[in-house]
Order: sequence, then structure tokens, then C-alpha cells
Amino acid sequence: MTDYNFAYLDEQTKRMIRRAILKGLAIPGYQVPFASREMPMPYGWGTGGVQVSAAVLTPDDTFKVIDQGADDTTNAVSIRSFFERTAGVKTTTATSEASVIQTRHRIPEEPLTEDQILVYQVPIPEPLRFLEPRESETRKMHSLEEYGLMHVKLYEDISRHGHIATSYAYPVKVEGRYVMDPSPIPKFDNPKLGDMAAIQLFGAGREQRIYALPPYTQVVSLDFEDHPFEASKADHPCGLCNATDSYLDEVIMDDQGGRMFVCSDTDYCEARRAAGHKGKDAA
Amino acid sequence: MTPLLSVQGITKRYGAHIGCADVSFDLYPGEVMGIVGESGSGKSTLLNCMAGHLAPDAGQVVFDTRADGPKDTVTMSEPERRMLGRTDWAFVHQHARDGLRMGVSAGGNVGERLMAVGERHYGDIRGKATDWLERVEIDADRVDDRPTTFSGGMQQRVQIARNLVTGPRLVFMDEPTGGLDVSVQARLLDLLRGLVRDMGLSAIIVTHDLAVVRLLADRLMVMKSGRVVEAGLTDQVLDDPQHAYSQLLVSSVLQV
Repeated sequence: MTDYNFAYLDEQTKRMIRRAILKGLAIPGYQVPFASREMPMPYGWGTGGVQVSAAVLTPDDTFKVIDQGADDTTNAVSIRSFFERTAGVKTTTATSEASVIQTRHRIPEEPLTEDQILVYQVPIPEPLRFLEPRESETRKMHSLEEYGLMHVKLYEDISRHGHIATSYAYPVKVEGRYVMDPSPIPKFDNPKLGDMAAIQLFGAGREQRIYALPPYTQVVSLDFEDHPFEASKADHPCGLCNATDSYLDEVIMDDQGGRMFVCSDTDYCEARRAAGHKGKDAA
Repeated sequence: MTPLLSVQGITKRYGAHIGCADVSFDLYPGEVMGIVGESGSGKSTLLNCMAGHLAPDAGQVVFDTRADGPKDTVTMSEPERRMLGRTDWAFVHQHARDGLRMGVSAGGNVGERLMAVGERHYGDIRGKATDWLERVEIDADRVDDRPTTFSGGMQQRVQIARNLVTGPRLVFMDEPTGGLDVSVQARLLDLLRGLVRDMGLSAIIVTHDLAVVRLLADRLMVMKSGRVVEAGLTDQVLDDPQHAYSQLLVSSVLQV
């Protein structure tokens, strides 16, 4: 503990990040530029999320890290141990016990409360990036609320696939104003973004942007009148806990076509199994 | 009658050089104005100043808006000007790839302006896009193909469809037939002439091709070194040029 300042970053840096967070909370969905620091991990591994987490953590917090819903994958384990070492905070895998949750590509199945903060790792914060390559132009489009182009992407989806094929990083409109990239969460999670009790913070380290959703913010997924938004998931129950309401991962079991569907949220699945639920593939 | 567009004293300098100087004219509804001149005579600068792509150093561009009547577009706020740019105005670029999104299907390209003004019904957007592609003589079954798979003439026609789909009142065209071979040029001109007449469009066409203005334009301005040297009815200017440069321009056309 004596080797590092609390939570790795120095106090001035945290102050700068907190300012960006406050501005982001004041203007929901607006991308606030911030002076992203070098972190002891490669870009793409969650440098933005880690900096936001470091800025909001206090010594009394309990910290949880999710990577694609799981608590036990490389990214989750390494970020969790990073804050164990540099902040000495308690860590947990239980969603309800955590006060700060850093996540990559999922929102926990269990509803969050007003006492929690959800920190997202964001690879590309600009929803218009692949439609309009000029950053100067996309900023102007955000400031003038010119979002017709976002629908061109959805139009292309329908004309090519017959339905809106975008299944993750599905664009949303925040409080009727800013169009926002919700980070690559599956569109199954999109309805949870809106009206959430917890504070949601989004950090993009390489792109040097922070944006935020304050509690109980209106978030609407973009769609067409005749092709409404649909939160889709694999049409199976979880093979381990038999849950029908959670987002599922498909796991290939062998090279004979064997596969099983399991909850991507490992904590949710474990809690259900501990409560006695059992799926068809459970040993 | 109120002019649709009233240009007064437009001046644009590039440092010590003159882009265009002190250009004034009125354009009435349904009228097509041609601007001719050699390369570097300032005709594209003038067009870009009028269309709001460049900020002129001096002068006014007063447009007769649907809501508020005549309004100076140079001093109006940027959101208003950009709104005009996707509703009442259209801009046809010389190179279709400047005006099209090459990674998006033809239908998406035509539909973009509709979505930009708030249409949110996929079936309607697609229906209108298909209809417009047919009006510019592109088969309905090419609606999902990207412009990269189209010929130069077809790309130019997609660009025209994309611009006219929201029913603009004023179209700016920068060398719309440049880079096309003569037979394709002729068909495009025929198409443009039909659309302009049917929709009662006003248009400003910048070109160095006198045949284009002879066919399309009611009135003509001849530019040289950033200034208008002669203006008048198209036939009058082409058949009886007064200024030395106009005479040179008219006599430079090869007779086959």
C-alpha cells in the first residue's frame, strides 16, 4: 500500500477525472474530453474504466469487476487484483454486495440500487464513427442534433438482412438529446440502461472521453416505426440454472455439434444454483 | 414577385487573391441561372459562398425561406443554414463520390435526407427512395447495391435523386456533367431539364460547357478573374456576346 497513492492515480489526476464525470452527469450522454493517463495495461483492456473507477473509489467501497458477464476471466481477475493491490479495497463477486462495479460488455442481471455505481469500459465512444469519419463533423452533428445518419445505419441493416441486425453497441438517445454508444453491451441490456437507480459512468481511455447517465435517466433505443427495437437473446433456458430471463452465452462442447447455453452473468447463475434451480446440463 | 435568391455584393478573397468580387444578381422562382467562365474564374467560389460552404468576406445571400420570408443566409445561425441545406436547398457535386456515401446502398443514400428531416418509417423511406431511383432511370432492383458498383453516369443520377427527394426549391450544381462521356451527358441533361421543368425548380449551374447552359439555363453570367463581365438571357449572350472574353469563350467551342 505504501508504494502507491490510493487507487494508483495521483490526487490531481483524480480531481481532473472527477470534474469530467460531474460534467458528464450534468449533460447526460455528452462525451466529455479528459486527459487520459497511461495505465499499466494495454489500451483496449479497460484503461478508461480503470481510471474512472480509480477516481470514484473510496477506501470503504466494495469493488466488483465483470468481463462479458463473468467474474473469473483474465480481464476481470487482473483489474480486480490491480485495485486490491493499489487501493486495498474489499472486492466481491456478488452484485448486491458491491458499491462500485466495473464492467466490460454487460449489465448485471440483478437490478442495481441507488447506492451503486456502474463503470463501463468503452472502446469507441463515438456512435457516428463508422458513418462519418471526420471527428470535427461528428462533434458538429452532436451539437446541432443532426442524427439522421444514425438511422441510415439501421436502414442499411434492414435492407441487407431484413431486420435490424445490430446486436451490440446498439445506439440510444438520452433524454431526447444526445445519441450515445452504450459500449458493446448486447442490445438485450439496452432496456436496463434507462431509468436505472445506479449511476452509470462510461470511460474510454484511448479515445480520452468520459460520459455518464445519472440515475433514472430516459434512454431510448433508436428504431423505425415499422421495425421497432427488440431486446433479443438466445431462445433457450440456461443449461445450468434454467433461467429464462437472463442473457445467454453459447458454449461449444465438442466437434459433433454439441453446445450449451449458459448465463453470461456468472454471479446471477451461481446464486440461482445455490437457491436450488437446476438446468438440464447441470452435473 | 419576390426573388427566391437575391445575391448582393458577394466578395471572397484568398489572401491577396480575389476569389470572386462584388457579384450581385436576383434569381426568381422557376428560373435557371448558368454561370460560365474558365478555370479559376471564381465560379465555384461563388457557388460555394451562396450554398453556405464558404463564408464570404462581404455581401448578402438573401433566400426567401418558407417560414420567415427573405432572410440573409450568411448571417443566419449555422443550424438554420444546415437545415436549409437538407430541405430547401440541394447541392450536386461535380464528382458523385463527393456527394454520395460510397459505403451505403443507393437506397440508403437517397433515404438519408428523408431520415435527416425526421422520417422514421422504413417502408415509406424505402418506397420513396425506390420511386426516386426510377425517376432518374435506375432500376428498382439496384436499390440495395452500393454506388461503387454503378457507372459514373449512374452515380451522378443517384446523387441527383438523393438531392431532390426532399423536394428542394433551389438546386446548386457544380459541373454536373463534368467527367461524363457525351452520350451519357446528353441523357443526364435531358433528365435534368425534365426534372427542373416538372418540379418548377430554380437552379444555379456552374459549368465551363456552353452546351449545358444553352440547354438548361434561362439566364447566363460570364465570369472572368472573379468578376462578372457579362450577364443576360442565355441566347442573347451566346449568340451576340458583347464582352471580349465572352466572344472568345463562344468562339472557342469546336464546331463538329
